[in-house]
Amino acid sequence: MSRLSRFVPLLVLAAFVAAVAWRIASPPDEKINSKMVGRPVPEFALAPAVPGKPGLSSADLQSGGPRMINVFASWCVPCIAEAPLLAEIKARGVPIDAIAIRDRPADVMAFLAERGDPFGRIGADPESKAQLALGSSGVPETFIVDGNGIIRYQHMGPIEPGDVAQLLAEWEAAR
Amino acid sequence: MILLFAPALADSSLPPARWADTQLPDPRQEAEAKALMEELRCLVCQGQSIADSNAELAGDMRALVRQRIAAGERPEQVRKWLIERYGDWVSYRPPVEPLTWPLWAAPLLLLLVGAWLLRNRLVRRRR
Repeated sequence: MSRLSRFVPLLVLAAFVAAVAWRIASPPDEKINSKMVGRPVPEFALAPAVPGKPGLSSADLQSGGPRMINVFASWCVPCIAEAPLLAEIKARGVPIDAIAIRDRPADVMAFLAERGDPFGRIGADPESKAQLALGSSGVPETFIVDGNGIIRYQHMGPIEPGDVAQLLAEWEAAR
Repeated sequence: MILLFAPALADSSLPPARWADTQLPDPRQEAEAKALMEELRCLVCQGQSIADSNAELAGDMRALVRQRIAAGERPEQVRKWLIERYGDWVSYRPPVEPLTWPLWAAPLLLLLVGAWLLRNRLVRRRR
């Protein structure tokens, strides 16, 4: 037994090296998902972000069919990239509302004029209150809320071409 | 290229929220708020607490903590509200659960293992 026990420190070292190598090979996913998925949308009421379009409140999401909520900002660079894909999703019949994080009306209007405006309602969230209430941790993110006000799905980061199919499927599933 | 980046690359042009960088007038409430802020993780710079982080979202979280405590909420309620949204990772005080008990047990276990390994050397022998 004691002959074998001299290999214990070597085994401990090997286990340590294996653990480090594994973590280097598969780095942790640092995204913090919203834990509100599957739960009712929290209460919030946001003023209009741009003149001419209504603001967004949780009450708007608790009736009618499912809606997509896009958490974006005019200063958010990846939001520029996902704008055409939001337009495509809108063209497929999905109603999309938006929450504009830390934004001025003029900047939002300029963004929409340049990148297109697929949104029905846009709520202004200058202090990220609604964003925090939803469990969103950055821009852009997209939520799907069903007709009963339950958050059904969260997509973190910009929508990429490969994500459109899943988003449409999740929206169908929420109907 | 840009598509591969994580969200929130840029900062807004709006100033920080009012209560992000201003202390509450009541010193007891401010002390409670500050203690809580030092135990909440910044969601953007996840190695820092929101008390330390310069990220805008951290500023908005500080404003949220201060406003809620000024409105009379207990710090534990505010912490719980944030954990409901972001999970245990947002708090620097993880609860003792089946998944996290090694955090507490490991130091003690390692100490005991070390003592056992040195068991012969720690005992004074009579010459």
